[in-house]
Amino acid sequence: MQPALSIIFFTVVSGAGLGLFIVLAVAGLFGAPQTGAALSACVAGLVLTTLGLVSSTLHLARPKNAWRAFSRFRTSWLAREAVLAIIFYPLALAYTALWWTRANALDNPVWVAVSLLIGLIALATVFSTGMIYACLKTIRQWHTPLTPVNYVVLALMTGHLLLLALQDLAGGQVSAFEMEIALGLLAAGALMKLAYYAWIAPPQGPTINTATGFTRANVRLLDVGHGAGTFLTEEFGFQLARRRRVLLRWCVFILGFVLPALLLLAGLAQALAVRPAALAAPALALAGIFIERWLFFAEAQHVVNLYHGRRQT
Amino acid sequence: MKLGLVIDLDTCVGCNACAVACKQWNTSGTTGPLSDYRPFGKDPSGVWFNRIRHYEVGDYPGSKTVHFPMSCMHCEDADCVTVCPTGASWKRPEDGIVLVDQDKCMGCNYCAWACPYGARELDREDGVMKKCTLCVDRIYDEELPEEERQPACVLTCPAHARFFGDLDDPDSEVSTLVRERDGGQLMPELGYNPTNLYLKPRKPAQVPPHDAPAGAGGADDAGGDSGGGLAARVKNWVNRAVAR
Repeated sequence: MQPALSIIFFTVVSGAGLGLFIVLAVAGLFGAPQTGAALSACVAGLVLTTLGLVSSTLHLARPKNAWRAFSRFRTSWLAREAVLAIIFYPLALAYTALWWTRANALDNPVWVAVSLLIGLIALATVFSTGMIYACLKTIRQWHTPLTPVNYVVLALMTGHLLLLALQDLAGGQVSAFEMEIALGLLAAGALMKLAYYAWIAPPQGPTINTATGFTRANVRLLDVGHGAGTFLTEEFGFQLARRRRVLLRWCVFILGFVLPALLLLAGLAQALAVRPAALAAPALALAGIFIERWLFFAEAQHVVNLYHGRRQT
Repeated sequence: MKLGLVIDLDTCVGCNACAVACKQWNTSGTTGPLSDYRPFGKDPSGVWFNRIRHYEVGDYPGSKTVHFPMSCMHCEDADCVTVCPTGASWKRPEDGIVLVDQDKCMGCNYCAWACPYGARELDREDGVMKKCTLCVDRIYDEELPEEERQPACVLTCPAHARFFGDLDDPDSEVSTLVRERDGGQLMPELGYNPTNLYLKPRKPAQVPPHDAPAGAGGADDAGGDSGGGLAARVKNWVNRAVAR
């Protein structure tokens, strides 16, 4: 697949924004973040989510019809995501208002209900983003339950790292327990990415033989029938060189998981002040996840490439 | 009713007449124009609903060149329709034709991602997805004489390799052909249940090519030097040694 920067930016940034709301909703119920930190997290989450959603419309060829994307939520994960994102906004504003009015007490049923709802809706939105890709039978690298898991875990991970940074910036104390949770999420993200890369490594699914119906003979492309590129080659023909892929995967693991984890460990062991650790960790992780998302698209092989001569995806 | 095409890979000569007729009809029809990009430039490109690829099937000397026209398969379980968030992509219940409502399409490309057959192409000039309509603006046109109420690609095919009809009717020409020639779907394992079916080439007569060793008739003993007496084996060896 041709990696489209607008979609990569959208999935990473709004994933982080929604993830921030999920972890804030949970942490808020346990009384963890101070009001200042929580309010800045709400604002940051709203800004990130909005930036992402606006960016997602940039790849539309006719954005004036984008409002119609809410209509087919009964069958389309893209429409479900759009609907959930729209439900998210009033809830997110209500949740921010509750923090603003200091109504965050566990004996306030409205607070508990809105916290739970915002967490669930944000989680469902990220899950839908993953399912947009996972439901496509044409791209085996995406058509796996690991895809929505990928989106949810990385959203939680980047969201939690952002929350730690905002807590530290707002002058609050970042507890050791919160750092340990961040380490756990980093480990979960890294393990999940390892499982994903192992899963997509062996070729599976349709071959040039099943694509052409000649299942009992060798099939070779003689001529693709067009001299210059077509929509199909521009959209699906992207090929990633093996060496570049290996290099970028190392970048994903080192930037996305290993360095943030080392920084947090150093902060925990008090080898390093908490502030640089808490600030650098989300920046590095987001850079790593940008590369991860670029690879997610670049490594995806659409089955239409079989008609253009690939033997298997 | 399940309208669709049956394509005979045995007789298709890969002349691209179907693609040209399709482009001509549809660029001036209700779905048109089918935009061209840089038509007189170095790398001309554009929107086509029908594309013909060419393959070599089997191994020398038993191989065959197969010309492979592909357009929308009007699948029975068309994911391009279910993934569409706007409802622009739809399948007609009465005859199974899959269409795009260009007034609703927002050009997100998601349906093209969901299509395994590469049937959908974004028109970058108009900003909407376009695809084969099975010439819906032609096959129901009562102004036309009845024999012309067929898709443009079928009418124009000089090799008579394309057939149009109702695949739900067991007595139609297409259903009979599929039954007699064992017509098959492309990539059935993905479960899209494409309506268009392909007839495989008939088994070719085995003619030994003149540079194959004596007795070599098919792919099984191609290139083997097991047959013949001593003289033939020496000759074979000399031939190979000299060629090197």
